[in-house]
Amino acid sequence: MKFVDEFREPEVITRTAEEIRRLADPERHYRIMEVCGGHTHAIYRFGLKDLLPSNIELIHGPGCPVCVLPMGRIDDGLAIAQRPDVIFAAFGDMMRVPGTQGSPLEHKARGVDVRIVYSPSDALKLARVNPDKHVMFFAIGFETTAPSTALTLVRAKAEGVHNFSVFCNHVTIIPAIRAILDSPDMRIDAFIGPGHVSTVIGCRPYEWIAKDENKPVAVSGFEPLDILQSIVMVLRQLRAYQAKIENQYKRVVPWEGNSAALKAMAAVFELRPYFEWRGLGFISQSALRIKDSYAEWDSERRFDVPGVRVTDPKAAQCGEVLKGVLKPQQCKLFGKECTPEHPVGALMVSSEGSCAAYFNYEHRKTAMVTSIASVA
Amino acid sequence: MCLAIPGQIVEIFCEGSDQRKTALIDVVGVRRKVDLGLLQDDMPTPGEWVLIHVGFAMSKISEEDAVDQMRTLRALGEAESAMQEVQGYGLENADSKRVS
Repeated sequence: MKFVDEFREPEVITRTAEEIRRLADPERHYRIMEVCGGHTHAIYRFGLKDLLPSNIELIHGPGCPVCVLPMGRIDDGLAIAQRPDVIFAAFGDMMRVPGTQGSPLEHKARGVDVRIVYSPSDALKLARVNPDKHVMFFAIGFETTAPSTALTLVRAKAEGVHNFSVFCNHVTIIPAIRAILDSPDMRIDAFIGPGHVSTVIGCRPYEWIAKDENKPVAVSGFEPLDILQSIVMVLRQLRAYQAKIENQYKRVVPWEGNSAALKAMAAVFELRPYFEWRGLGFISQSALRIKDSYAEWDSERRFDVPGVRVTDPKAAQCGEVLKGVLKPQQCKLFGKECTPEHPVGALMVSSEGSCAAYFNYEHRKTAMVTSIASVA
Repeated sequence: MCLAIPGQIVEIFCEGSDQRKTALIDVVGVRRKVDLGLLQDDMPTPGEWVLIHVGFAMSKISEEDAVDQMRTLRALGEAESAMQEVQGYGLENADSKRVS
């Protein structure tokens, strides 16, 4: 319970953990999925599992955009980046993600013009200051990030910046949740809903999970107390045989979402008929593509895209881990061939990926205890 | 990826032919411009606090929640990458960026 010292209201945290123990039926095994990678990171970082009774199992969901991006998309983006006139711009999170021929960073070492940007609007700025080059922004992210890409495209068109395009990999969270619920090997009792995605989409899009699937959802913040309170919310519902959407993160998430952000997305993007998710396969209407009216700024239409499909290394079991069928440490490669320093699978690349989170906090801790024990 | 960084609005500007709104924000002493386009239905005023994601203000929050959010980032071990992100806005320090 290391965080109790560093966190405000430790007594409230202790009380909330006690409440969880009181609410959980000892005869029952609970599987609660936290959808967002940020929550996964927080759960491991703060050691929240140690506060929960053993019959509450947290399943780590698909909400890490770097983790669910198929390797073929990275290869496609980097194929365009090989052109001498192209600058490949992406967030720092993308830089170490392996493609078949290496990561964007390794391509940079080979002379490809790869730049880190912290905002899509800076990729547009890069295009303005490099009129002889074409800047391709390799866009990833859920609904948290997609509106910023959308507004950047609106600006590019309004300002007539023609040496700029977006390689769009934006995905949407709801179809992924649906795919998980439809998966025959999955059993989830309740969901901890994503916090920052919900600032954009609001709480309404989750209503079907309660109505049609009879599963409680609590949209949650990222502090330890937020996550524990969200677990209390869903346990109370399960105990009362209820299923509804609760908003634990009211201080940031409006029920109706952010109308300006939704408008920007609707102006620029439309749903792709289907899109491949790493680990989950093809999911219909689960990703965004750029509308015809912005075709000129769509990298996929502007350049020849190889359309690479890469199957994950057979030994890596990212799919099973992503769906919560396997725990990270149950994958054959975990901690051996696949580590945060040398990731084989995408779940090990991002700090929000469940394998990296597990490795950084649980695995290192266990390894340390084992080595101390062996010395003693 | 999902970093939401709290910042206080210092000054608001209108830019370009479409008069788009940007703001100078202060994140624990570092000042950079962010885009206010996603808050046009609920425009903040100087002195108010917002959560920032990839250079865009995403939502208005209270000062108390801003302080909490900064503490959360620190506790998550993400305060450094959040500051690195803010410092990188506007392509500033573009060459000295560390890839972590």
